[in-house]
Amino acid sequence: MEFNNNFILGCSAIGAGLAVIAGIGPGIGQGIAAGHAAAAVGRNPGAKSDVTSTMLLGQAVAETTGLYGLLIAMLLLFVKPLVPKA
Amino acid sequence: MGQGILLSSSDELDFMIHGVFQYNFFGHPVWITTTHICLLIVMLVIIGFAVAANITMKKATDVPGTFQNIVEMMVEMLDGMVKTSMGKSAAKFANYIGTIFIFILISNISGLFGLRPPTADYGVTFPLGVMTFILIHFNKFKHQKVSGVIKGLCDPWPIWAPINIIGDIAVPISLSLRLFANVLSGTVMMALVYGLLKWFALFWPAALHVYFDLFSGAIQTYVFCMLTMTYISDAIGEE
Repeated sequence: MEFNNNFILGCSAIGAGLAVIAGIGPGIGQGIAAGHAAAAVGRNPGAKSDVTSTMLLGQAVAETTGLYGLLIAMLLLFVKPLVPKA
Repeated sequence: MGQGILLSSSDELDFMIHGVFQYNFFGHPVWITTTHICLLIVMLVIIGFAVAANITMKKATDVPGTFQNIVEMMVEMLDGMVKTSMGKSAAKFANYIGTIFIFILISNISGLFGLRPPTADYGVTFPLGVMTFILIHFNKFKHQKVSGVIKGLCDPWPIWAPINIIGDIAVPISLSLRLFANVLSGTVMMALVYGLLKWFALFWPAALHVYFDLFSGAIQTYVFCMLTMTYISDAIGEE
C-alpha cells in the first residue's frame, strides 16, 4: 500500500508530539529531587553546597529519559526517517 | 549519511549542520561541516589561552597579576573538583578531567558567540563517551585484574552476565546522548525563537541564552565530568 508523503509527515508530527510526553517523568522526578534537597537544606543549612551539587547531578541524570523522547521527536521532525527518499 | 541529512532544513529555521565543502577521501566523499569549523575555532581559543597561560606561568610572580590569578583559580578549582570525587587517584586523572571540562564548557558556551555549539553534533560527544568507556575498562582490568572483572560481570549470578554487559555498553551511549541532547535542545529552541518570532525577538532572548547556553551548558559539563570520575573511581575500586 502506498502512502502520500504529506500523510507520512503529518503522522510523524503526531508521533513527535507523543514522544515529547516523555518529559512528564523527568519533570516529576526533578521536582521530587528539588523538594527533598530543599528539605535537606532546611534541616542542615551548613551542607547547602553539597546538597545542591548532588541534587543537580541527580536531576541531570534523571533528565536523560526525557531527552530521549525529545531526540525521537527531533528525528521524526527534522531527519524524517519515515519519508521515502526521492 | 548523505547530503540529505546534512543539508535538510526549512528556510526559516536554521540549526542543522551544514556541509561547507566536500572532498574525496580515497574515493569516498567526505564533508567538512560547520561542526568542524566551530570545533577549530573552539580549539584555537583554548590553545591561545593555554599558550598565554604558559607564558604567564613561566615568569610567575609571588604576588599574582590578574591573568595569573585567573589561571591559578581555574587550576585550583578543577583540581579540587577532581580531588573531592576521586580521592587518592586524583593526581593521575586531574589533567584529563580538566582538559575535557574546559573543552566541553567552551564548546557549550560557544553558542553565545554565534557559533553552532560543536557538542550539538553527536559525532563530537560520542568520541568523548567512548574515551570514558575506554578509561573505565582500562582501569578496571588494571586494578581489578581479569578475575575481578569476571567476578564483577557475574555479579549476583552468572546468568546476569549479558545484562551486566548491556549495562556496561549503555554507559558511554547515555553519557554522550545526555550531553548531545541537552545542547541540541538549547540550540533548537534558540533557533525557534529567532526563526519564528523574527523582529519580535529583541533583547529578551538574552535571558534564554543565559539559561540554555550558560546555565545548562555549565551543568552538563559538570555532570559529564562528574559521572566520568565516578565511573572511573568505581572501576579502580578501593585500595
